[in-house]
Amino acid sequence: MGFIHPYDRPNSYIGRTLPRSRAKRAVAGRGRYTDDITPPRTLHAAFVRSPYAHAKILNIDVEAAKDASGVKLVMTGSELAEMCTGPWVGTLKVFENMKAEPQHPMAVDRVCWHGEPVVMVIAETRAQAEDAGELVVVEYEELPVVINKETALDPGSPVIHANLGDNKAWEHTLGSGDVDKAFEEADHVLEETFYFGRHTAVSLEPRIVLCEYDKGTEQLTIHTSSQCPHMIETVFAQTLGVPEHNVRIVAPDVGGSFGLKIHTFGDEIAATAAAIQLGRPVKFVADRLESFLSDIHARENRVKAKIGIMNDGTMIAAEIDDLSGVGAYSQYPRTSVFEANQILNISFGPYKHPNYRARAQVVYLNAVPTSQYRAVGHPIGISVGEFMMDWAADVTGLDPFEIRRKNIMEDDSYPRPIGSGIPMKDLSHQACLEKLYGLMAYEDLLSEQTELRKKGIYRGIGVAGFIKGTAPSPVGYYGAGGARIAAQDATTVKLEPSGGVIVALGVTDQGQGVDTVMEQIAAAAIGCSMDHVRAISGDTDATPYGGGTYASRATAIGGEATYQAALDLRREILHMAGILLQADPNELDIVDGHVVNDGSNEPRIPLSEIGRIGHFQLGELPNNYQPVLSHTRRYRLQDSPYIYTNGIHGAYVEVDVDTGWIRHLKHWVVEDCGRIINQQLADEQIRGGCVQGLGGALYEHCIYDDYGQLQNGTMADYVTPMMSEMPDIEIDHIQTPTSESELGAKGAGESGTGAAPGVVMNAVNNAIKPLTDGRVTEQPITPEIVLGALGKI
Amino acid sequence: MSEEMITVNMTVNGEAVSKTIPVRTHLVDFIRTELGFTGSHLGCEHGVCGACSVRVDGDVVRGCLLLAAQADGCEVLTIEGITDTGEISDLQEKFVERNALQCGYCTPGMLMTAAELLAQKTEMSRDDIREYMSGNYCRCTGYHAIVDAIESINNERLGG
Ligand code: FES
Ligand code: FES
Repeated sequence: MGFIHPYDRPNSYIGRTLPRSRAKRAVAGRGRYTDDITPPRTLHAAFVRSPYAHAKILNIDVEAAKDASGVKLVMTGSELAEMCTGPWVGTLKVFENMKAEPQHPMAVDRVCWHGEPVVMVIAETRAQAEDAGELVVVEYEELPVVINKETALDPGSPVIHANLGDNKAWEHTLGSGDVDKAFEEADHVLEETFYFGRHTAVSLEPRIVLCEYDKGTEQLTIHTSSQCPHMIETVFAQTLGVPEHNVRIVAPDVGGSFGLKIHTFGDEIAATAAAIQLGRPVKFVADRLESFLSDIHARENRVKAKIGIMNDGTMIAAEIDDLSGVGAYSQYPRTSVFEANQILNISFGPYKHPNYRARAQVVYLNAVPTSQYRAVGHPIGISVGEFMMDWAADVTGLDPFEIRRKNIMEDDSYPRPIGSGIPMKDLSHQACLEKLYGLMAYEDLLSEQTELRKKGIYRGIGVAGFIKGTAPSPVGYYGAGGARIAAQDATTVKLEPSGGVIVALGVTDQGQGVDTVMEQIAAAAIGCSMDHVRAISGDTDATPYGGGTYASRATAIGGEATYQAALDLRREILHMAGILLQADPNELDIVDGHVVNDGSNEPRIPLSEIGRIGHFQLGELPNNYQPVLSHTRRYRLQDSPYIYTNGIHGAYVEVDVDTGWIRHLKHWVVEDCGRIINQQLADEQIRGGCVQGLGGALYEHCIYDDYGQLQNGTMADYVTPMMSEMPDIEIDHIQTPTSESELGAKGAGESGTGAAPGVVMNAVNNAIKPLTDGRVTEQPITPEIVLGALGKI
Repeated sequence: MSEEMITVNMTVNGEAVSKTIPVRTHLVDFIRTELGFTGSHLGCEHGVCGACSVRVDGDVVRGCLLLAAQADGCEVLTIEGITDTGEISDLQEKFVERNALQCGYCTPGMLMTAAELLAQKTEMSRDDIREYMSGNYCRCTGYHAIVDAIESINNERLGG
């Protein structure tokens, strides 16, 4: 059979921009988010949270709260702990020597961060639950607070968890070559220290669970805004001692997630325990202040970097020393050390320097636990590496593009490892760089910049290349680390009696368009029309077990599973058609929902007939043939730890040198995410990612005072990007399919967030360069920091 | 302490409603939980994000900052209402075609404000659109596609 790959067929759905069906209902206000679902007799949870960053709980008096109007249950941390199989310990075996304190879902005898849940109140309405919460009296004895990562390892520092000995969660080093010798031989050695502020996801829809327990069947059903329903099923089952097969997790429409919603949270466990105890539905929605105090935070790093450069601009060595301040506990089940680990892995990743050394120290703080948020570690590693590259360009008199041309790995040089030892393949730094040069009309920008400077207008041009780890393998972290987190994913593709196709996905859709992309893949692989394919995702009772959507994996991993399952179904259809038509299946094809003669496309039998016969009229088939009209395939990466992608950003900003105010005028991205299934959806992932990265680079900061009190827990005080502050973002692609899969797709969801902070920092520094030797080395880049770099304050 | 109640009467999406509710109920909680119109969303409940935008007597307001009791006697329209009237069907189609939404949580509020902007029927630059729409936060799209969609409908409407 002349089987043509779906992406080579004329009018293939692969590579086409098609709209999302979920979008159609969302614009009509008919999206269905968890809070839109309220079963009869639903009760509501509210939490009493710790006002202190670190304190002993001496006594909890809940009597008045219990008597308050509408209250059905008041539960303390120790009562909840009795309903749980044990505390969580956020370690993974792969992180050697990592230490973590066991964590209860709600505080038991000690609170370790401002906002930790202490008591849960369940009432008929949320307002009643909150009212009753105010009647709970908790007596605390304050304990010394550790909030400054720089002093957390000092010998005199208070220790948060005495059992751990000190505040260190993990220390790790890696590298290659002889770094010290290279620094000695280098013509220039450049050193700088960088600071990255703590931020958080701020999904517009907050975390939410709606828990229902059926005491008859002992089934637990949780509707929740989650990226990883199967993982939630596993963790909730294990924590509450409910058999996993009795747990059903449904993630309906999810109002933004960005990594926040791959985690498990104690307040959600508590609400579930209440539903089990009361036998009534219980809903918990985090309000915005609670979100700031309990959603995972991210970043909070100090990074020292050092590079060795030759006079011709060749970088011969790079060194990174990271200090990460995580929260009071290591977030279960993924840990809080990935951010540091990724910084070590990817810093200077586009470049072929032969000597690399990187160290991370991760310390606990009395603050909200940190964990994976979009582009884990990458914004930091990329900002640092790209800053150093621009500085090296200044020192050696090269243009930023020129120094990158000199140092990037050549497109024909793969496979090869980078300095951290991670293997790279199928990358295209050179092609992306040249495309960006044209896309942003670099030379025109340079002349405009020069002209405007004469008028006292300071504009800066930034460039930042990157690598991004996507779609992790089971050998890398989770599987090998012992966590019950799937890095494989699965899709079931089935032919319905109508001839329509159902695609049931282990991966999930939070608006990226995963469902649509999978429908495109399945329709293309089978040979039917998109109208006849419908994806189902986000329901653990209806979909095969998978990891869900995290780490830019849905299309890269779930897409390949869908592709292979759809090809299996296609083969079965052709086999059955061959029997019915007494034809050689190799001489048949499927086009537009019809089995046709291969080559001539002469229609022979429609899929609706195959569906009808296959489900109802099996007597028309030989006795020894039972058609299998439902196929499940799994896919995982094999030897590679990740599917790496690459790309490069450009930015054009204007800095008001009197006020320090930054106007971001234009942003460009050239990205290689492998085979693109739906270009508009890929582009919008990148655009949204960029703006999230720009938020972290310019505005977002969870600010703690010396007592560990979060100072800015509202959206008025914690500032995310608004429409007027953000630029238009122009996008282009290079497509180098990954050789890991047949489909060839890589991840695209996070790289915008990864590289945008670095490029905007470089652009700001480029803008102020004529006026100062100072440089901006801290994010978020507030006007104050710009004025500091300008020497004005 | 027993809850203080109040009876409110208003027209919501063309239908007269009368309900007795706790006085402290804000307008969007009222619309969502008492009336079942779940298209208006709550992102912050302190007046910043715009996800709760609804139209009260012709003006787009933050439904989380208004008590339901304050809207007594008013004409309230939500995304469901202006969808049914077809007032912004062109813009809704463009949002879908241009993928000017991802998770869709901000979208009803975004469309309420955009409807108000487009009703001005004037020439506007991309910067003008960005400025006007800045009170509606989106965490997913990066805004570019939203500006595209509004710009192209404004051009179509002015041209047509
Ligand atoms: S919910 Fe009203 S402005 Fe955010
Ligand atoms: S589409 Fe998700 S917040 Fe706007």
